[in-house]
Amino acid sequence: MMQCRESTAFFLSAAVGLALLLLLFAHAGWRERAGRKSLEEKREIVRALGLTDLCLFTEARYTRHPAMADRFTPFQDHPFSLEHFPSASLFRPPPHLSGP
Amino acid sequence: MNRAGRQRNILDFTLSSLLRRKGRNAALVLVYAFVVFLLSSVVFLGLSLKEEAQSVLADAPEIVVQRLAAGRHDMIPESYLAKVREIPGVRTAKARLWGYYYEPLTGANYTVMADENFPYGRKSVVLGNGVERHLPPMVGRTLPMRAYDGSYRFMQIRETLSSDSELVSSDLILMTVEDFRDLFRIPEGVGTDLVLSVANPREVSTVARKITEILPDTRPITRAEVLRTYDAIFDWRGGMIVACMSGALMAFIILAWDKATGLSAEERKEIGILKGLGWETSDVILMKFWEGVAVSLFSFLLGILLAYVHVYFGSTSLFEPALKGWSVLYPDFRLKPVITPYMVSVLFFLTVVPYTIATIVPSWRAATTDPDTVMRA
Amino acid sequence: MAMIVLSGIRKVFNAGKPNEFCALEGITATIEPNRTTVLKGPSGSGKTTLLSILGCMARPTSGRIFLGEREITSLPERFLTEIRRKTFGFIFQQFHLIQRLSALENVMIPAYPLGEPKEKIRDRAMELLSLFDVGRKASSKVEWLSGGEAQRVAIARALINDPATLIADEPTAHLDSGLSREFLEIARHLEERGKTVIIASHDPLVFDADRVAKVIPMRDGRIVSEGAS
Repeated sequence: MMQCRESTAFFLSAAVGLALLLLLFAHAGWRERAGRKSLEEKREIVRALGLTDLCLFTEARYTRHPAMADRFTPFQDHPFSLEHFPSASLFRPPPHLSGP
Repeated sequence: MNRAGRQRNILDFTLSSLLRRKGRNAALVLVYAFVVFLLSSVVFLGLSLKEEAQSVLADAPEIVVQRLAAGRHDMIPESYLAKVREIPGVRTAKARLWGYYYEPLTGANYTVMADENFPYGRKSVVLGNGVERHLPPMVGRTLPMRAYDGSYRFMQIRETLSSDSELVSSDLILMTVEDFRDLFRIPEGVGTDLVLSVANPREVSTVARKITEILPDTRPITRAEVLRTYDAIFDWRGGMIVACMSGALMAFIILAWDKATGLSAEERKEIGILKGLGWETSDVILMKFWEGVAVSLFSFLLGILLAYVHVYFGSTSLFEPALKGWSVLYPDFRLKPVITPYMVSVLFFLTVVPYTIATIVPSWRAATTDPDTVMRA
Repeated sequence: MAMIVLSGIRKVFNAGKPNEFCALEGITATIEPNRTTVLKGPSGSGKTTLLSILGCMARPTSGRIFLGEREITSLPERFLTEIRRKTFGFIFQQFHLIQRLSALENVMIPAYPLGEPKEKIRDRAMELLSLFDVGRKASSKVEWLSGGEAQRVAIARALINDPATLIADEPTAHLDSGLSREFLEIARHLEERGKTVIIASHDPLVFDADRVAKVIPMRDGRIVSEGAS
């Protein structure tokens, strides 16, 4: 008639949760190893072409290659042009370029 | 007194107490888990992009030299190469030819690069995956490209770059140096910029300083600076999303604060009854401790598991609009999972610990009331 | 079984403030073991305060309490709780069962902090519920119980740690005459099993019952006159 104690259920589910969390670590490790080949490919193409940036935001020149841009790049086309891409609001030009 | 037995008995009681208000507590756990989910999604995404940039761009050129004319990038004479090569420490130096190409049919902005070792002859291109995906259906295996004079060059598509490299190559169009000069009317003897490799990483800054001395109309950009940019970008990005969801966060904090700190009259009365029945103050605190742990631990675990699935299996689908921006060619990439004990413990201490404390502290007063309060009620 | 002796008990609430008032004054009495003692008096006469002092829930402002040979007024909080848990079982005026928990769980509550294995507590609680004829209701939520059933659950809860003394505050206040008699029947039964029963009541049905060994009449925080009935 005694069903499972609440605390037993608690510890069991906490243990399952922690086990799943550890599984994430295992999964991340596994993906890291599995991804080595593609990482090598990416590195190879970066080496061969001398690339400097990830291809994340292609909407404008200065969002595609932030390392190649400076603070004023967005305004080069016209001094009053508004800088209006959403991704540009998410990142800033490289710190070394915005200095004096 | 059996200490472990006491802990378990009180935990049992706490849990059956919580189960009395199944709906309410389940809703609390869900909302809480959602906040943890958002927070850890941002952290996962930020860390992964950062790691990716760090490891992929580790082989980027040590220094890029740009020529400035009236404060704007300008083509750089290849004659500068010789001067740069003379600087001690510079191992190799070469000129790059690259630029942007706007494709009006798709509305996308491509990166066109001339490849010195291009394996196919003239009138051929190799495309990045994103370009390939967005080709207008009518072009077949020929890509018409509009040249500087308004005429079209018809380029044979010979190959598509592997999808594994998409994060760096999605928008690339590669061709021969000759085709590049022809397409954009770039005269012989100039390049877009120079890339240098420096043998000793410690000499990079010295080399960069010498470049500005020898070639005053140029500016060098070092790899360390590029990587630092990426650190700054992705931290900023994470911060931006945090700012966007701070509304949700505030709402939750208010909810949790109200739930955890404001003991309802009913809870206060129940604590009074427990005291009257011979529970000590420490027993009541222990009960509240377990209550906080139960709610926040499960929310934490649920939130972090869902975030991992969201970012690494679901490709961050919830944040996609914010990430894509107005980009036409958003690369289709799977991030490399990054999960570290440090970040897990930081998230743990940001979520579980404050909630548990917020549960215990307000019950302290109720727990220290005299046991005879219940008789007088 | 120990005798409880009260000597010169005085209890002042809100001492030193304008609303200071003296709930008990010069209470000296003896509570015999294995007997039923009734504190009789109108509401506000200090019965409840005296019960909580007797049951180690509150400390008197002055005066001393002896539990057998032991003077317990000066014991520190922890020991007092220890004594209270093992010696006294309480039945509150409103029963104070915890809502939305089952009858069984309510009965088990006082035993939890003692750290006994849960199975043992559970068996004992079932035994007590069966003893008071509410065994079938063990898994019912307490708000579904009738007044009489709720009271029996409250009595079972008071007895879960097997205390020597049972303290009941106005136990018949919310019961009709039939159920009140039933309660007295249970009290008699417990007395036969060797328990000391202390009841505070202003219900004639209680203090006129034949089994009551001693009635302590109270008024305005003082014992009016003492006599057995």
